[in-house]
Amino acid sequence: MQAHRQPVARAAWIVSWCLVALLVAAVFSFAFGQLHYGWNWQAIWHYREKFLHGWLVTVALSAAALLASLAIGLLSALARRSAFLPLRYAAVLYVEIVRGTPLLVQILILFYVVANAFGIENRYVVGVLALSLFAGAYLSEMIRSGIESIRDSQLESARAIGLTRAQTYRHVVFPQVVRQLVPPLTGQFASIIKDSSLLSIIAVSEFTLNAQEVNAFTYSTLESYLPLAAGYLLLTLPISLLSRVLERRFHFAT
Amino acid sequence: MRLEFRAISKQFGQHQALRDVSVSVAEFQSLAIIGPSGGGKTTLLRIVAGLETPEAGYLSIDDARVDFSEASLLLHRRRIGTVFQAYNLFPHLTARENVLLPLVVVHGLSRIEANETVDALFERFQLSRHADRRPAELSGGQQQRVAIVRAIAIKPRFLIFDEPTSALDPEMTAEVLDFIAELRGEGRDLIIVTHNMGFAREVSDHCLFIAEGQVLEEGRSSELFSRPRNPLLANFLAKVLRY
Repeated sequence: MQAHRQPVARAAWIVSWCLVALLVAAVFSFAFGQLHYGWNWQAIWHYREKFLHGWLVTVALSAAALLASLAIGLLSALARRSAFLPLRYAAVLYVEIVRGTPLLVQILILFYVVANAFGIENRYVVGVLALSLFAGAYLSEMIRSGIESIRDSQLESARAIGLTRAQTYRHVVFPQVVRQLVPPLTGQFASIIKDSSLLSIIAVSEFTLNAQEVNAFTYSTLESYLPLAAGYLLLTLPISLLSRVLERRFHFAT
Repeated sequence: MRLEFRAISKQFGQHQALRDVSVSVAEFQSLAIIGPSGGGKTTLLRIVAGLETPEAGYLSIDDARVDFSEASLLLHRRRIGTVFQAYNLFPHLTARENVLLPLVVVHGLSRIEANETVDALFERFQLSRHADRRPAELSGGQQQRVAIVRAIAIKPRFLIFDEPTSALDPEMTAEVLDFIAELRGEGRDLIIVTHNMGFAREVSDHCLFIAEGQVLEEGRSSELFSRPRNPLLANFLAKVLRY
């Protein structure tokens, strides 16, 4: 049975995917066919290096923001568990405000008000800061619920074998939280990549801003934005696949 | 070993778990603590294990007084092997890694030394086949045996068992109780809280009967089980031994 089921499943997998791809292709080719649009890919090809540059900036910004948001999320999650109440409430306020307001507004306020007041002029620094504060709030909640999912009996066992508090976090709590965190974290990384497009409003020269500029130079809107979509998918699709693989690998029953 | 409790009290919120417990247990190798649920036996055991601090009173083990400051209790816990009802093992680590963790992290053995220790113990207690499995892949009885191996791997002064079989079915209970009896046969000191009176009677040389937050009877197990003096104990034994 087992030997038979595998190839059948694979065939079904291929056929189903082909079907979906055909359907999507049909819908879009019809839609684009109705458009009577004069394509001008040559003008875009001329700016290929600009696209590449923007794409690389987006990758770099997102990677930096992911690392920074991990640190912020971790600190904020620990702060929310702190016995020192002002610290705990500060973390609650941070998480609720950031999750309750649009990223666009946060970027504008951070850049035009906060960064301006503190004399931070580098818009890339402000951009990474805005993205990581935003993602950090979501990560904070993920990390907190991960920590809280560790049963008391495990903390008790850790105490009984003589681990200190720090050792307990290092060897018992964090390894399990990380395993739980990896799949949503990869999803969060995909979000950061897409959200980074909003940094175009403070003139950070990332992927979206470059596409907008090419559009302004060439008046070729679709030719500018379709590569943009493809460029984001090139990043987010592998990440989403990776997330699924990791989810399977780190899965263990408790 | 010897144990002495002096005026030990412990309260959880409104509940007085132990009230002014004073008792000394002279020279024993294996002590069973029995009594009805909620009577305070687990609390007393946890104080000996360094997992709970009493509000008042003092405890001495082998004539050395236990210091109830957290720093000192940490050292105290590191010299004792404690096994709970269930869920002793860390789910993200294999059986081997569970035993390695305290050896390497707490007791400073090199990974090589620690692995040799684990290999020898797993070999001796027929756990080698399960060394690389995670707790979820082991039966409850196997999990408890690994937990006991983790407790003895550190060469503890004595072992503490808090109802080690109460979450197991009868067959696995026998597997774990055999293991504990074997350890006693090796001459290890142990203290056990158990609901299994047959086992308590067989494995222990001394026994404490605790009910309503007090030690109501203390004595040699051979005496205490066959000729209970306290009426509550007589009643308790009559009830639990009826079936």
